[in-house]
Amino acid sequence: MPDPLLEVKDLKVHFPTEDGLVKAVDGLSFTLKAGETLGVVGESGSGKSVSFLTVMGLIGRKSAIIEGEVLFQGQDLVQMTNEELREIRGAKIAMIFQDPMTSLHPFYKVGDQIAEMILAHEDIPKKEAGQRAVEMLRRVNIPQPDERAEQYPHEFSGGMRQRAMIAMALSLNPDLLIADEPTTALDVTVQAQILGLIDRLQSEFNTAVALITHDLGVVAEYCDQIQVMYAGRIVEEGTADDIYYRPMMPYTWGLLRSIPRLGHELDRLTPISGSPPSLIFLPDGCTFSPRCPYVFDECHVVEPDLLPVDGHHAARCHLSLEDRERIVRDEVLATT
Amino acid sequence: MSAVETTPAAGMPRTGQPLLRLENVVKHFPITSGIVFQKKVGAVRAVDGVDLEVYPGETLGLVGETGCGKSTLARVAMRLFDVTDGKVWFDGKDITHVKGDELQALRRDMQMVFQDPYASLNPRKTIGTIIGAPLRLHRTVSKQKVKPEVQELMRLVGLNPEHYNRYPHEFSGGQRQRIGVARALALKPRLIVCDEPVSALDVSIQAQILNLLADLQSELKLTYLFIAHDLSVVKHVSTRVSVMYLGKIVELGDKEALYDEPKHPYTGALLSAVPIADPHLAKQKNRIILEGDVPSPINPPSGCRFHPRCYKAQERCSVEEPLLRPLGKPGHIAACHFPLEARIIEGVPEIEPESTP
Repeated sequence: MPDPLLEVKDLKVHFPTEDGLVKAVDGLSFTLKAGETLGVVGESGSGKSVSFLTVMGLIGRKSAIIEGEVLFQGQDLVQMTNEELREIRGAKIAMIFQDPMTSLHPFYKVGDQIAEMILAHEDIPKKEAGQRAVEMLRRVNIPQPDERAEQYPHEFSGGMRQRAMIAMALSLNPDLLIADEPTTALDVTVQAQILGLIDRLQSEFNTAVALITHDLGVVAEYCDQIQVMYAGRIVEEGTADDIYYRPMMPYTWGLLRSIPRLGHELDRLTPISGSPPSLIFLPDGCTFSPRCPYVFDECHVVEPDLLPVDGHHAARCHLSLEDRERIVRDEVLATT
Repeated sequence: MSAVETTPAAGMPRTGQPLLRLENVVKHFPITSGIVFQKKVGAVRAVDGVDLEVYPGETLGLVGETGCGKSTLARVAMRLFDVTDGKVWFDGKDITHVKGDELQALRRDMQMVFQDPYASLNPRKTIGTIIGAPLRLHRTVSKQKVKPEVQELMRLVGLNPEHYNRYPHEFSGGQRQRIGVARALALKPRLIVCDEPVSALDVSIQAQILNLLADLQSELKLTYLFIAHDLSVVKHVSTRVSVMYLGKIVELGDKEALYDEPKHPYTGALLSAVPIADPHLAKQKNRIILEGDVPSPINPPSGCRFHPRCYKAQERCSVEEPLLRPLGKPGHIAACHFPLEARIIEGVPEIEPESTP
């Protein structure tokens, strides 16, 4: 088996603030292989964006305390200098963001912005970079790419801007593409176009994709591996089938029961009570314990480890496997 | 209008006359040019001839992509915009051009819940003031009674009445949306227009608000016009669902009929685009990927407005505009020359948890 493309080991990202230490990411470990699609699900504040911004080296070291290792192709990104990071950023790891309007510069032509990215990493004539930008726009299905390259972002629709972002991100054929809520601001029809496009380009370029989203539908359709994040840590990870048909963690159950799902109609949703915890004053023991309906004494004292259920499926929960299997069968799958 | 009459949905008898009725409603926003002498050079045809009826006690879902005119339609129904043409009826009364005191009185019966719970609450006012504002403006209760009334409303929507003097920033997104709901309920309205009430909220919080809206509906006998772009949410809350495209209703029907057997290709495409939170079901569904974007409502396509993006379009579609006509089950109407026959999403596959390794 080849080495993993990305290996994150016990990553901690803490932000000192006036109110206290915000533990945005607290002990995150995972691996991602070349060509794989990883889905990262969680609510706002679960640390899903911060952890991948750290992978990109976009969390300022002056404002945050970063511990742990982020091994990308064997090199530790956390220890790298800014100059070294710049070599990797864009060329080997690229990122697309939620809001394509704010990620494109309004004053520059779209084609020039893509070409700028290529020129920053490769020593080629400007004209050739421009041609490659047009070629990339063509590959992301933008009609009349040579005319579109001469236009400004405001002349593009939301879906086209996101395509342009993808064109830019993939223009240097990166090994890893981080997509942070790439379709949240878009309509469902456009979302389907964009996700289909990422899926197709991924197999063409053999790029690994980390898809960060809060939408359980999106991950179900597009991801091989799924991580469920809560309060800065992974609470459950596994394949799509593990997470949807045999979830082993009460937070995952809560998520599945609280969303209306086509094909699984319910008269009433079961919301997760309460709200996500403060990242400054994390609850003792299991971080989900204050909201968990199955909580018992131990949960308030000891934090459960991320223990394997079978294969790559792992979950953080003190309940015995038998109990969890029974709850999943009788309550979770019965009501979803 | 008889085409829209449907069989009563379970638990919600649809009696006699609609609470809200839109009759061929048109709303165009003029585009002007020139600085001193403005002349009209065109119009954004946001809503272009819509007939819609909302019956007492039901939830009518309205779905469509950005820019299809669904929010404009809601604002026209609320009389926040004046219509360009057509008529709006509320409870059997023509309210298209009511003004002054009459309009003020009308506002008591129809209220709105907005999408963004951050932008729709004044950050400098306490929530007691925010929720009490309609009571003070309409003087439905005496000054001394405002506070107890507001606290009662807060209890009703699941907020702690002791938080009367707090400011919006002290509340989470879900709680803020509860404040918005409490404000909408203050005047005991009969119709509430919910414009994307949960799209800005986290998944675990959405369910709380959706359940709250459902409880309030049965407790207070409310009628909802529920606008959203999330088709799973709309299916969950609605009795009937209407689909809008470029200023027109293209399909309307009882939710089961519309989701199980969509007739309009656009509805089919929307349904197929919804990510399904079930890996097996997702793999089975018919995938229809629409090309391109919604055309400009300034210059909509000829004939059927959907034809440039439609995968079933034929020559007739670009010439002759299809009218809404009954198709399939009673009460199900769609505007299409070549309606769909196949289902998009198959039923739930039987999953046995034990069978997975």
